Amino acid sequence: MPRDQGIGASSARREDVRFLTGNGRYTDDFNVHGQKYVHFLRSDVAHGRIRSVNTLAAAAMPGVIAVFTGEDLEGIGGLPCGWLVTDRHGEPMNEPGHPVLAVGKVRHVGDPIAAVVADSVAEASDAAEAIEVDIEELPAVINMAAALEGGSLVHDEIGTNLCYDWGFVEDSREAVDAAIAEAEHVTSLELVNNRLVANAMEPRVALGDYNASNDESTLYTTSQNPHVIRLLMGAFVLQIPEHKLRVVAPDVGGGFGSKIFHYAEEAFCTLASRRLRVPVKWTASRSEAFVTDAHGRDHVTKIDLALSKDGKFKAIRTSTLANLGAYLSTFSTSVPTWLHGTLMAGNYTTPLVYVNVRAVFTNTVPVDAYRGAGRPEATFQLERVIDKAARELGIDPVEIRRRNFVQPDQFPYATPVALEYDTGNYPATMDKLVEIADLDGFAARAEESASRGRLRGLGVNCYIEACGIAPSNLVGQLGARAGLYESATVRVNATGSVTVMTGCHSHGQSHETTFPQVVSDMLGIDEGQINVLHGDTANAPMGMGTYGSRSIAVGGSAIVRATEKIVAKAKRIAAHLMEASADDIEFADGVFSVAGTDKSVAWGDVCLTAYVPHNYPLDKLEPGLEETAFYDPANFTFPAGAYACEVEVDTDTGAVEICSFAAADDFGNVINPMIVDGQVHGGIAQGVGQALREHAIYDSNGQLLTGSYMDYAMPRADDLPSLVVDHSCQTPCTHNPLGVKGCGEAGAIGSPPTVVNAVIDALQRGGYDVDHIDMPLSPSRVWEAING
Amino acid sequence: MYSFEFERPTTIDDAVAALSRSGAQVIAGGQTLIPTLKNRLASPDVLVSLGAISELRGISVSSGSVVVGAATTHAEVAHSAAEAFPALSGLANNIGDPAVRNRGTVGGSIANNDPSACYPAAALATGATIITNSRRIAADDFFLGIFETALDEDELITSVEFPIPAAANYQKFEQPASRFALVGAFVSRFDTCVRVAITGAADSGVFRWSEAEKALTASFSPDSLAGLSVEADDMISDVHGSQAYRTNLVAVMTRRAVAAC
Ligand SMILES: Cc1cc2nc3c(=O)[nH]c(=O)nc-3n(C[C@H](O)[C@H](O)[C@H](O)COP(=O)(O)OP(=O)(O)OC[C@H]3O[C@@H](n4cnc5c(N)ncnc54)[C@H](O)[C@@H]3O)c2cc1C
Repeated sequence: MPRDQGIGASSARREDVRFLTGNGRYTDDFNVHGQKYVHFLRSDVAHGRIRSVNTLAAAAMPGVIAVFTGEDLEGIGGLPCGWLVTDRHGEPMNEPGHPVLAVGKVRHVGDPIAAVVADSVAEASDAAEAIEVDIEELPAVINMAAALEGGSLVHDEIGTNLCYDWGFVEDSREAVDAAIAEAEHVTSLELVNNRLVANAMEPRVALGDYNASNDESTLYTTSQNPHVIRLLMGAFVLQIPEHKLRVVAPDVGGGFGSKIFHYAEEAFCTLASRRLRVPVKWTASRSEAFVTDAHGRDHVTKIDLALSKDGKFKAIRTSTLANLGAYLSTFSTSVPTWLHGTLMAGNYTTPLVYVNVRAVFTNTVPVDAYRGAGRPEATFQLERVIDKAARELGIDPVEIRRRNFVQPDQFPYATPVALEYDTGNYPATMDKLVEIADLDGFAARAEESASRGRLRGLGVNCYIEACGIAPSNLVGQLGARAGLYESATVRVNATGSVTVMTGCHSHGQSHETTFPQVVSDMLGIDEGQINVLHGDTANAPMGMGTYGSRSIAVGGSAIVRATEKIVAKAKRIAAHLMEASADDIEFADGVFSVAGTDKSVAWGDVCLTAYVPHNYPLDKLEPGLEETAFYDPANFTFPAGAYACEVEVDTDTGAVEICSFAAADDFGNVINPMIVDGQVHGGIAQGVGQALREHAIYDSNGQLLTGSYMDYAMPRADDLPSLVVDHSCQTPCTHNPLGVKGCGEAGAIGSPPTVVNAVIDALQRGGYDVDHIDMPLSPSRVWEAING
Repeated sequence: MYSFEFERPTTIDDAVAALSRSGAQVIAGGQTLIPTLKNRLASPDVLVSLGAISELRGISVSSGSVVVGAATTHAEVAHSAAEAFPALSGLANNIGDPAVRNRGTVGGSIANNDPSACYPAAALATGATIITNSRRIAADDFFLGIFETALDEDELITSVEFPIPAAANYQKFEQPASRFALVGAFVSRFDTCVRVAITGAADSGVFRWSEAEKALTASFSPDSLAGLSVEADDMISDVHGSQAYRTNLVAVMTRRAVAAC
């Protein structure tokens, strides 16, 4: 029976009313009296030595208040990197500085050289054109392999373009080599995980507002984690203590990872407002977003899979070049390493895995986490090489996966790459997929396609994801310079309504709807009595924000813990009111009763008593009903699933059409099935975008050739069929109180290899000898593969 | 955007007068020009809007031709030419999105002569006449190269006269990002000849594929195109497709257009 409230109900999204009627309050909607506008003069060359920057003429232009260059920011910290990676030899990574405004050199197209603050955007832009910049252009470092062979250096001071050479698990290296050398069969594949631009619907915005009367700064910013920005910017860049710095991230129009990081513009606007004593605002244009928002993925990998003749996986070895771009973005170093290498076991029992990653500096926009962050990179390699192996060994792609699944009775399962999967049932999700994708009907559909002159292909794929990265003490050992707990304050108001303050941040995840469903179940009160506040360091406890599909697993758990404290205290108040022992109090459906009696008090009476404590055990209990909890998980959660996609290829043009897409996911317990459907839909759309359309392409001079929507192809609604998604296979997480796993990235992780597998399948069925095409599988690439 | 003066005349004569001012430029639907201005890639001193000139709008259909006012939007063409000239209507209906179609104009598209635009192919393949405030220019003489036309500095397109072929079809293979034509083929079959115009493909912009025209005039069937190919060296090569790919698309799209006629 579908419920209409609480956990398991498809409660309507509260956010919709505001967003669909144009009443959202996005960062750019915030305006402070007297605010000024900043325009950043950005480098139009990828690499060069700054000989001089002359701002005199610009400073004299109408409306100009000040012009800043890198030299004016002396003494200001650089933008910090949040994860220290230790290399194969035990050495720390190379960690060059990342100035707020370029100093000495420019390192990518879009690198800020100067900033003009003026009365209007137009005046700031006009003045920026009057800045005279003399740059000695240097050869651009673009190709990763070439970057490691010497020549031009992105950061002269480190003497190399290599950030780190990471091996995982280093101790397994020789055993893996030996297993591959001795294997009955080895399948190898070289592949590229294409560079992407996140393209959140709302471009980034920063508004710094300094109040000289109390020396307090407020930054309004498009962020997925306002507390993290407050800590990074306050402690490391501007030296402003937390009590003097408030960070507000209001309604944020999508992030996909790109709004996790601390950006130069945030620090600049905060600083400029302090120096100039006026509010300073910056709103990115879309063109600016293309060359300043952190990009995603950009890996080049060679993978070897050793198998027995009957398709049992024996060992995996990968060698990857990961592009970091010109500077270390906040969490960039963790993505190709801990978020990628640890996932290389996939859903399978492969006993030996070795992952090598060399991370490289290039004269391109910094690369960092993008929906899935490392896990799509792992899944893509693994599932592509498995598909190729299945073909080489003549084993059905579904069957080869089944033969290697970790079996349901093997959990908890320790992988050779450090993770311990707590639960899962991979055969069950595969069975579900076979059913919902009607795999048995494929042959008939392929025949029908052929009658229309189209090649039909079927791609099948599994994925595993690690969400809610934790626990903090472990990630600390791995190099994280942050904790990865989450916080919640549950404030019960005097008349019984509840306000939940979460350290998570919603920028499309529907927390305002989902979180009250949890609290509603626990307190037995109507969801409508509960609301959620987030996105403001002034009201929420210190939290780590939203990314990595962590919000329900970590943030939701913190809410449960805080609510448990509320219930415990409320029981004591109820016990007092009913003159009973707290141990005898039962709480259900919003009513406290004394076990074995007909005595009861309602939720509302207890709440009112907490705040009007006339009849209250003041000597034993504080008044009020508000609790905070911090939750640090014992482990990651491991959502997993099986996906299938059918495509039709037009061999005359290379065009690929997705005919059907089915996803069978195991997210553990599901709070709001409709919202989970939506998260999966969005993830799949993004993954299809990566597989077929999106590509950030640099030319050899470091110019972004796909720097606008004229050339950067986003997926559109008519690129997708109606998606069939199912999350009825549920193996609840064993270590968090809700048994939840997280669903935000699954679609983007599972779908790219599914689509590529399907296209390759179509071509093979058509008799074409094509075993791989690098993403995006644009019409021209597919056509060229056919005719190449 | 840089600042500019804005004029909104109500007659063609006033518009022409305004265009003689120094640094003056026409703005029609603004779908091309406004993004250019916003990126500070153009700096006209005066923008002369065609928005209030009613004599530049509308479509008149006679037995042999459709005459479209220069400031007529794509949406109006899609609607009003649907019966008389379905291939033209279909072309208009597949330009951009509803917002673009309800602002962008025929005159703007033809004056702009974007190498990937659709209307130039229709004009060339039908042997249209571009009518300006001062003369009539045959489409064959109008499109001179990418973003280049026979228009003088302050010349205004007032209408375009499209002859209606006995049969016609436009096949557009969309560039994945912009959805402009990566290659578009417009085929018109008249009683005495066939005209084929290709957009999106060539370095020099829209062109007539005369070899195909000859073969199709002799026998109007997709099979007549077998073995025919444009010169790969003349094709555009970019991130969306190589010369070889575009060469192939020209043949495929033309064949499909003929088959659909
Ligand atoms: C998202 C998007 C998608 C698009 N997709 C397509 C597509 O698929 N196919 C396609 O063909 N086009 C496409 N376009 C372009 C669209 O058709 C434009 O409307 C057209 O190119 C320009 O028309 P306009 O009326 O907007 O001209 P404007 O932008 O106002 O002007 C364009 C140029 O023409 C000049 N001009 C305008 N009118 C006249 C006139 N009467 N006489 C002389 N000069 C004049 C202007 O001075 C300017 O130089 C797209 C545009 C956008 C924004």
